[in-house]
Amino acid sequence: MIEFTLNGKNVISNSPPETPLLWVIRDELKLKGTKFGCGIAMCGACTIHLGNDALRSCVTPLSSAAGKSVTTIEGLDSANGKALQDAWVDEQVPQCGYCQSGQLMQAANLLDGNSAPNDEDIDTAMNGNLCRCMAYVRIRRAIKRASQAVEK
Amino acid sequence: MAMQQRKPTLSRRSFIATTASSGLIMSLGSLLPGCSKEEAASEMADKGTSKMFAPNVWFEVSASGLVSINIAKAEMGQHVGTALARVIADELGADWGSVSIKHVDTDPKWGYMITGGSWSVFTTFAMLSRAGAAGRLTLIDAGAALLGVDSADCDAVDGYVVAGDQKIAFGRIVSDGDVSKTFSDEEFAALPIKSAADRRLIGKDIAAHDIPAKSKGEAVYGLDAELPNMVYAHPLMPPTRYGSRITDIDDTEAKNIPGYLQTIQLKDPSEVIQGWALVIAESFPAAMNAAAAIKVDWDAGPTAAVNESDIFAEGAALVEDENSGVLVVDDGDVAAARDNAAARHSSTYRTASALHFPLEPANALVEFKDGQCHIHSGNQWQSLILPYLATALQLAETDIVIHQYYLGGGFGRRLFGDQMIPAALAARELDRPVKLVFSRAEDSRFDCIRSPSVCKFDASFNADGKLTGLEHAAAAGWPTLTMVPAFLKDGVDGNGKFDPFSISGADHWYTLPNHRVRAVNNDLAQRTFLPGYLRAVAPGWIGWGVECFMDELAEKAGMDPIEYRLALLDATGKNSGNDPESVGGAQRLTAVLKDVRDRSGWGRSLPSGEALGVAVGQGQERTMPTWTACVVHVAVDGSNNSVKVKKIYQTIDCGTVVHPDGAMAQAEGATLWGLSLALHEGTEIANGEVSAKNLNAYSPLRMADVPEMEIEFMQNVEFPTGLGEPPLIAVAPAIGNAIYTAIGKRIRDLPIKL
Repeated sequence: MIEFTLNGKNVISNSPPETPLLWVIRDELKLKGTKFGCGIAMCGACTIHLGNDALRSCVTPLSSAAGKSVTTIEGLDSANGKALQDAWVDEQVPQCGYCQSGQLMQAANLLDGNSAPNDEDIDTAMNGNLCRCMAYVRIRRAIKRASQAVEK
Repeated sequence: MAMQQRKPTLSRRSFIATTASSGLIMSLGSLLPGCSKEEAASEMADKGTSKMFAPNVWFEVSASGLVSINIAKAEMGQHVGTALARVIADELGADWGSVSIKHVDTDPKWGYMITGGSWSVFTTFAMLSRAGAAGRLTLIDAGAALLGVDSADCDAVDGYVVAGDQKIAFGRIVSDGDVSKTFSDEEFAALPIKSAADRRLIGKDIAAHDIPAKSKGEAVYGLDAELPNMVYAHPLMPPTRYGSRITDIDDTEAKNIPGYLQTIQLKDPSEVIQGWALVIAESFPAAMNAAAAIKVDWDAGPTAAVNESDIFAEGAALVEDENSGVLVVDDGDVAAARDNAAARHSSTYRTASALHFPLEPANALVEFKDGQCHIHSGNQWQSLILPYLATALQLAETDIVIHQYYLGGGFGRRLFGDQMIPAALAARELDRPVKLVFSRAEDSRFDCIRSPSVCKFDASFNADGKLTGLEHAAAAGWPTLTMVPAFLKDGVDGNGKFDPFSISGADHWYTLPNHRVRAVNNDLAQRTFLPGYLRAVAPGWIGWGVECFMDELAEKAGMDPIEYRLALLDATGKNSGNDPESVGGAQRLTAVLKDVRDRSGWGRSLPSGEALGVAVGQGQERTMPTWTACVVHVAVDGSNNSVKVKKIYQTIDCGTVVHPDGAMAQAEGATLWGLSLALHEGTEIANGEVSAKNLNAYSPLRMADVPEMEIEFMQNVEFPTGLGEPPLIAVAPAIGNAIYTAIGKRIRDLPIKL
């Protein structure tokens, strides 16, 4: 039995401690916004925040969340997070949309540490997030739009 | 999938007004993609009390004025629901803000269900326009009666019937008016479609309906579907796609894994699934862990030792053998041109195996209920998989319902819903709902890949060096041959059938004196794996050879590659085009080519190692051309043999653009797919299966690889053609041609390696 905070609420999981957090979040705690893509931490669709870090939940064991705070796309309500979600709509970013929860979580983590990233900063931070529809131009544009919106 | 078989199936129901009752609330459970919770709630309140106007199967208008539009196409990123709803709403005169979209489950009333070939707008535009127009005419008649004016003095605008300074809302008309007007099939077919000047929604910018939910993690994909009491299944897949047989399964160690339930072997009467077992467990991780602990022995199928090199060797032998395959084009007399040639030139172009790699792995949730099989899974071609499912399950097709979800990428992979079969077999055997989820590696092994291909080009020249004949032979695995052989077409030489979706692009729009195209099935490829349709399908690999060889011909002629192409694009004879789908013919290819030439600064001087390259595309089939021309600026670094694409210019003519921003998104994505397939993707068959199974070995383009892009659409009001795939086609050959100009090295294999 492992306790942690998920989007601000205390939760308990009965899964084995080595279970990837992704499946605990999706199948046990029923938050389906976090997606399964590659299972080896190379696509970024499963990105969540553990404390202040953006992590790939497909390879993050449940045990590492014990007593900590986990945020998923459903709980992304920081100023940066909200600005990004607005910018995603304003720039009409998603195509199939499957990677976008992970893209948004990664982008929020970027803006949390760098309020005004340039193209190179964005490429570096986002290069681990695969968009199979290749909506990259708009993702980049939306991150800039969000950073400007928060600056104001 | 052949065009003549995909004629939109118009519902033959006559047009009637219906009164909705509380029964419709039931449908909210399936108000899946594209409908937020708030919308669903308001719709429920609305429908529970309202009279409805449903003039045909495609939409209904409530007494509150809400317009609910049924979309029978898969939403996989192309915002097809928004585009098709715009077509109906424009003709109807609806207020766009009152429009909601519902993606529907399988039902015969939707007609033939396929989302592919970039066909959605093209094949449904006229039908959906008329469906909207019929609704408008009925509302105008009823509204005019309520207003006490003549119908001829009325128009329908933004959800109102308007007559001078009077107006009445659609909702009021539905509530109080007589909306029982009906149209015969003949009257429906004769309904006029709005002229472009009268359109209020088509061609105007709009936000796509599916985007807000996708920006909040609220969009529901097949992988997200759950049912009470379901178990998870994970595949134990054989070493070959066909002919493998399980000889032993030892699950001793798996029995120690909490949540592991059992392992079952599958017997599939449709023979799509051969030599499989499924691990059944209470959770996905338990199923994965158990699968790793279970030992399965297979008697491997006959292709267990086949490698990519074997398939290429077979393809090379087939294109050399003039007696193989069937002729698809046989214009003029190529034999005479060859016999009389003063000079000849040949080249062979190849493309390697490529994966679809949709980011959502294959999955299906299946439940048997009240004698019916309910399948929850995102799918592009329901009408293809239903007969297979019927055979596999020995059920009538009408007892199988596929519930649609958002697709986490399609790209052609989800045209074949073959993953539904093992899930359904297991659900029936276990008598409880089964959720089958593939891991990424299994998804790749199960992919219907883009076949390795070999194209050989033979050109004949007269004593003046003028091109007198061109022969093109193309050998590959054929998706249609295995999946849907009824869609094969007869060759022009009477020597048998060919897969039109494995040769389109070879029957291009250049006017050539003597031209022969021979399509050959690579039988070794066909037996080794299931060939699939991958974004842009045949022109995605045929175009590589056609357009690179065109540059070779231009060089032989001593001409600039663009000038050489323009000279062959004379738009005469069969290349003059047909009304409505290709009005202007090759003239439109000329126009996009000139546009991209001028925009890219073609001919300008560049630093050493850098060059521009050009290529054109004409969409997929000649029956629905989308005209594209692409110029790519590359920089080749000789010190490490690397190619950097600095900028891509592309001009696209797809006629009327229904949803401009959505169209640009598709063009951006497809252009980058072209780049990715040229430089970043590609795998090989090794020991009977694909060698690259995950992102540690397969490396689609990432954000840092994205070059500058300038994409433009030709502005016209011609009939709308397809868009989701065509912008992919010209990118790779333009890169290959640029590399040749930059460093003098002719690349003939895709993906490109210097």
